[in-house]
Order: sequence, then structure tokens, then C-alpha cells
Amino acid sequence: MFKFPEVVTIPLAKVIDFIMSWLLTHLDGFFDAIGFIILQVVLAFETIFLFIPWFVMIPLAGLAGWKLIGKKRSGLLFMTLLFLIGTFGYWELSMRTLSLVIASVFFALIMGIPLGISMARSDRFEAILKPILDGMQTMPSFVYLIPALMFFGMGKVPAMFATIIYAVPPVIRLTNVGIRTVDKEAVEASLAFGATAKQVLFDVQLPLAKPSIMVGINQTTMMALAMVVIGSMIGAKGLGMEVLLAINRIEVGKGFEAGLSIVFLAIIVDRITFSFSEKK
Amino acid sequence: MSEIKTQTQEEPDTALPEINKTSQIVIKDLWKVFGRDSKRVLGKKYKDLSKDEIQEKTGCIVGLRDINLEIKKGEFYILMGLSGSGKSTLIRNLIRLVNSSSGSIEINGKNLTKMKQEELIEFRRQTYGMVFQHYGLLPHQTVLDNAAYGLKVRGIVKETRYEKASKVLETVGLKGWENYYPGSLSGGMQQRVGLARALVNDPEILLMDEPFSGLDPLIKRQMQDELIELQDKLQKTIIFVTHDLHEALKLGDRIAILRNGEVVQVGTPEEIVTQPADGYIQEFIRDASPAKVITARSIMEPAKILLYAWEGPKTALTLLRANKRRGAFIVDKSHKLLGVAQEDKLEKLLIKPGKVEIIPKSALRQVTSVSPDTILEDIFSIIIKNPYPVPVVDENNKLLGVVTSDQIFESISPMEGEDNV
Repeated sequence: MFKFPEVVTIPLAKVIDFIMSWLLTHLDGFFDAIGFIILQVVLAFETIFLFIPWFVMIPLAGLAGWKLIGKKRSGLLFMTLLFLIGTFGYWELSMRTLSLVIASVFFALIMGIPLGISMARSDRFEAILKPILDGMQTMPSFVYLIPALMFFGMGKVPAMFATIIYAVPPVIRLTNVGIRTVDKEAVEASLAFGATAKQVLFDVQLPLAKPSIMVGINQTTMMALAMVVIGSMIGAKGLGMEVLLAINRIEVGKGFEAGLSIVFLAIIVDRITFSFSEKK
Repeated sequence: MSEIKTQTQEEPDTALPEINKTSQIVIKDLWKVFGRDSKRVLGKKYKDLSKDEIQEKTGCIVGLRDINLEIKKGEFYILMGLSGSGKSTLIRNLIRLVNSSSGSIEINGKNLTKMKQEELIEFRRQTYGMVFQHYGLLPHQTVLDNAAYGLKVRGIVKETRYEKASKVLETVGLKGWENYYPGSLSGGMQQRVGLARALVNDPEILLMDEPFSGLDPLIKRQMQDELIELQDKLQKTIIFVTHDLHEALKLGDRIAILRNGEVVQVGTPEEIVTQPADGYIQEFIRDASPAKVITARSIMEPAKILLYAWEGPKTALTLLRANKRRGAFIVDKSHKLLGVAQEDKLEKLLIKPGKVEIIPKSALRQVTSVSPDTILEDIFSIIIKNPYPVPVVDENNKLLGVVTSDQIFESISPMEGEDNV
């Protein structure tokens, strides 16, 4: 085997470290501001979810399953799953996890949908953004934790920051694809009748791309849920932390309970968000 | 272009190269080149090469090459060609869904190619209605909302646009379907929605991009007939793209045939069929039925013998016998057709006591007549039932000429057809 010559090195790691330290010293206030906004949003969601008592939340989930998916069976399933989470003793933690997920998705959509729209409008922007998105999705998720930690310290905010970065690509991609695959003649028709670019977007492109965008939102939500668990490694309270503790203490049973709670949440969130993509 | 042959016999003004006063749309030296850095194709180096050579040398595809057309107000104008001939590109250029590479398009004296974005949007709203091959409807909106779309983009309030849209939907025969979604309608009905949407603005110019290509033959024919009827009422300028020759011949006042992005021939349906400009068009029209385009006017002849009502039965009978005929058309003093006088009936008149001065109407056989614009196909059924030539009369029933079965056969027999027209 030939050894790669040691003299040929590009000090990428050093460059990145340098950029990081530069960002930290010069854009400190900027990150503080972002952190503040993120925190306020997640706290608002947390307040709501922790305020609603379990005996209201469970029927609400049942109602959502029944009305949104259109099957009584789904409603019953949701109620059972939430009830089981309660019996494990993870009600509060799962509500915290849920708030984190929803707040992260909220930010991911605010960024992702406009980015997807601009990507659909410009071939050049698409060419630039695509490899970045590939990178964001294939990069091991733990890698995001380190810079997040450096920018925002420990706690919910860095966990959410990492989650947003990790979860945003699907909604960008599917918004882009959705708009690009809209019936060409429908767009032409709209233009032919004198629609402005904005009218074309809101009358034709977004409505016709809606199923695709909804699938994107669904995927983003699922990825956010997965990442939030990892985010607990840097101090976000929630079900993920329980799993982490169980691993440290080698408590298999407890680990499974916490793990199952995450799976149950995932099932409910997935079914509900997916139901939006199926409707007209 | 040397290849373009514009017929001048019937409509001499269409062939004039300079701008015509009645022309609503004037297309001049229009080029469209697709591909990277397409402007260089328009330079001297490449401009005169063939489409294939240009593609080989520059990688650019010539979509339209040096198009010059003039379309008059109220004209039903067909752009015909096979796929890849540039007909769809051309119609999209007329509303700038595709932007031309060079040349100009003037509509009502305004240069479309020079318009800025806002101006263009306003111009589209004022001037056009467009119908698409695959309808281009919005599936998430009702038929009524779809039909009202052109009004919605202009910011017209809901009540007004619904009121107008309902009226137009009624015109296209979709009353009662307002609250359905396009997806639940058949293809023919969806295209009616498309047509309603195009008409709701009451546009001056109607652009139709293969609107009936996706429909099955029966529905297609029905829609064509309805469009003709509608056009009789509306008198819009219609630019209609099709690859179907029969459709072109049936609908068009004039037809421009395109090949490889160039105009090969412009003419009326009859001119196209009887005087194809080159082998390509001859090939194109080979299975076109001349019976659908040749009119009574172009093949009628003066009647061989004509009887005059005031001459009395005796003269008529003498004339018939002299010509060895058993019957002939008979007209009054203002040359109006009265019917056919038959030998046996005339004889009976003479046998009757008392002198008959004028041949009475009761002694005449009534015959079906046609107008000069009747196409051969419609004359066939009359001539089959009738032993006489078919009389051609104008709107005052004045006899213009007759069409015999011999003339019909001559006119539709392939190659010799040219000599007879």
C-alpha cells in the first residue's frame, strides 16, 4: 500500500477553527439576538403545551386523528399512544420535546419555503444550493452540535439551532421540486392573462405545489424529531436526555420506555402532518 | 424568402410586402434561436446556413427563422405544421411567453417586442385570450373561478367577475357546471372552460394553441363547429395552431404553413389545396379531401340551356327538343330561379284547352339549390338524389350557374385538378 505523502496537506480544520473564532468574537451580538428570538418562540410553545392538562390533550389528539385523517381508528390510536406515554411517566418531558420540535419546524419552514421558492425560480441558485443541501443532509448530525454549542452555549437554543440546520433541507428541496413540476401550461395560462410574478406564485405555483410542499414539511418534522433527541446531548431537556441517562446508567428498561415514547410521538406527528399533503 | 409563395388571385392585399392598413398583427423578420449565446447565430457568419448546419456549428437550435406575416382584424388565421415546425413557438412569441431573438411584432401599431414588463402585463390583460392544448386550468379552483381568472388578475371585484364568467360559461354551454372542479369534467368540457376563460375579458385577439388536439374525433368536430358559430358572432382575430390539415382547412380564413421554423406558404384553404407551393405541402395535403375545401363558386358553369318563364310553354318545349333535353332550369325576368321545367309537364300544358301564355309555377319541379360558398361535400348528397345539375344561387335566389357531377369529378381527381380551377 502506498502511503499518502504527509507533506501534501490542506489545513481545512485550522481554517474552519479560525473562521469560528472570528465569528465568535465579531458577531457575538448577532448570535445573542438570534438565540433570544429562538428561545422566546420555544418558550411560548412550551408554555402552551405544558399548560394544557393531559386529560384535555389526549382527547384533542383523538379529535385531530379523527377529523384530519378521517378515521376514528386513527383517533383511538393517538389517544392510546399518548396515554401510554403518560403511564411511562414521561408526560412532561414528551411535551417539552414536542415544543422543541414544533418550534424548530416553525423556524425551518420560515427559512425553507422562501428558499425553496427562490431555488425554483433560478437555475443558478438551484445549482449553488443543491450541493450545500446535500452536505447538510449527509454531514453527521453530531457535527452541528459543536458550533451550535460554541455560538449559543448549553441548553435549548443550540439544540434547536442544530435541529433547524439538520431538518430544513427536505422542505427546501420539495418546495423547489413541487414548484418546478407544476403544470407548465397552467403557469403559461396565468401569465397569458396578465398575471404578475406574485400572482403566478400565489394563484398557481404554490397551490399546485402544495402536496409536494406538505410532504417536505412532513419530512422536516420527522427529521426535527430525530435531531431533537440528539440535541439533548447539549442540554435540551426532553425525552432524549432520558435515553442518554439510561445509557449512562445501563438501565435497559428505562431506555426503552423513553425510546418508545419518542416513537409514539413520531407516529402521531407523522400521521397528522402527512394528512395535510393528501388533501386537495 | 424565395420559398414563400403568396397567392394573389383572390386577395391581392394579403401579398403586399409593405405594412397593410387593415393588418392588426404584423410580424417582421422574426427570429427565435434557442441555446447558449444564441445572439451570435444572427450574425452574418451563421444567418444563412441551414438549421442543421447552425445546430452542428453552434449548438443552437433555430426555432423560428425570418418570419414575416400579416394578420388582419377579424381573421381566422391558422398556423399549421408538424411538431417541431415552430408553430407553438410562434404563437407564444405573439404574447411573449417566449421572447424573440430578433425582429419585431406589431399589434395594433404597438411594438410588442419592445415592451417593458409592466407594460406587457397590462397589454396582455387588454388584448389577449389564450386557449391551451392541455387546458392549463387550475385544478384547485371551481369552473367559475377558472373562467373568471382573467378578471381576477385585473383586480375586478368578485360579484362582477362571477357575473361575467357565468354569462360566458353559458355561451360555451357549461351552465350548471359552475361549482364543479375541472378534474371532474371531460376533456371537451374542460376545454370549454378554457375557452370561456379566454373569452371573459372580451379580448381582441384569441390565441389557440392546438385546442382540440387532445379531444376525441366526435367531440373535436363538435367543438370546431361551435367555434365557427361563435366566431360568426364575435368576429375576433383568432390565431389557431394545429397540426391537423382537415381542421386547418375547415376553420381557417387563411393558413400559414410552417416547416423547420420557416413559413412555407400562406394562402386560403382553397389555394393551399389547389396550388400547393412545393412538394412538402403537396405531401401534406395528399390525403386532404378537396371536397371539404372546393366551393361551388370555383367549379360552377353557366347553365347550357336556360328557359325563360315569360316565353311560354311552346317555346320552352321547342328549345328542349332542339337540345335533346328532358328538362331545364327556368328563370324569371330578374334571373331568379323558378325551378325545372320538364318535357312531359310542358306537353300536358299544351294539351289543355285555352292558350297558356306563361308557364305556371305548378307545372315546375322544385329543386334544391346551393350558395356559391357551399363546399363540394355538401353538394354530393344533393346531386345523388337529383337527376339535374345543382343550381347555384345567390341570396336573392338569382341563378349564378350550375354544378354537374362531371365538374365535381374533374375537380377532385388528383393531379388534373389544377387545370380546372
